[in-house]
Amino acid sequence: MLLIHCPYCEEERPELEFRNAGEAHIARPANIVAESDEDFEKFFFIRANTKGLVYERWRHVHGCARFFNAVRDSVSDKFIMTYKAGEPKPKKLPGAGK
Amino acid sequence: MAKAAVKKAASAQAVASVERRPALAGNDVSGPNVKITVLPPAERLSLRAPEASVASLSRALGLTLPQKPKTSASKNGRTALWLGPDEWFIFDEAGGDLLADCAKAKAMHSAVGVSHRNVAFAVSGPGGEATVSAGCPQDLSLDAFPVGASTRTVFGKSEILLYRPAAYTFRVECWRSFSDYVFTFLKDAARDAAV
Repeated sequence: MLLIHCPYCEEERPELEFRNAGEAHIARPANIVAESDEDFEKFFFIRANTKGLVYERWRHVHGCARFFNAVRDSVSDKFIMTYKAGEPKPKKLPGAGK
Repeated sequence: MAKAAVKKAASAQAVASVERRPALAGNDVSGPNVKITVLPPAERLSLRAPEASVASLSRALGLTLPQKPKTSASKNGRTALWLGPDEWFIFDEAGGDLLADCAKAKAMHSAVGVSHRNVAFAVSGPGGEATVSAGCPQDLSLDAFPVGASTRTVFGKSEILLYRPAAYTFRVECWRSFSDYVFTFLKDAARDAAV
């Protein structure tokens, strides 16, 4: 079983308590009425679906119930790091070496 | 006005006299290593509040709301479990009125009475840890889950609240409609833990 570090509970918890909530860092348009159909499609439907490092929203639904963000490798399923919702995309990842 | 108050009191008494039949009451299980008790009804409260309101609510409730993850606070038969950064579950086994106490706090908060929503079990004895571990994926050893620890987690397919009031006692709270499933699972697990 995967252990996922919840930034609110401040410890690793079993994956059964968590639920994936899609790609992270997608900002809702400030004025959605003025949005063109093409831009709305991009915001609403189009996802990066990267192979490798992905930035995702996760929810500790059977724990503190909070949403948070995680950096995960979509090939190996390894969680690189997790951080609280609302925090900016981390510039430097632990163990990335860059 | 006095007449109305009397009438109100009389109707309250009529409601109170209705026999309450808690789910699974009396279905206790006793094994060589573990005992599962269906706990009597308690007052329960789901509380959401921002950090700024914590001090005011703590004063109103008469116990300090825990602010560290996976902790709890207990005083005079009243226990508050930390569920999230702004969420607590409070139960009172002494019959105190939690909602009335919360209403005394002027600071912003949301208090919802959930007394009848949950059913609680006590899993006690040296085999209690093995019994709960049969369905709960968390590490429940005393190092990782010490006395006083509390958490929301899963037990089999059901969500539960888990609280450890003593080294060999766990309190398992689940929704009433899941109580049959949780109790049957605990009963089977207790049989294995007895070996």
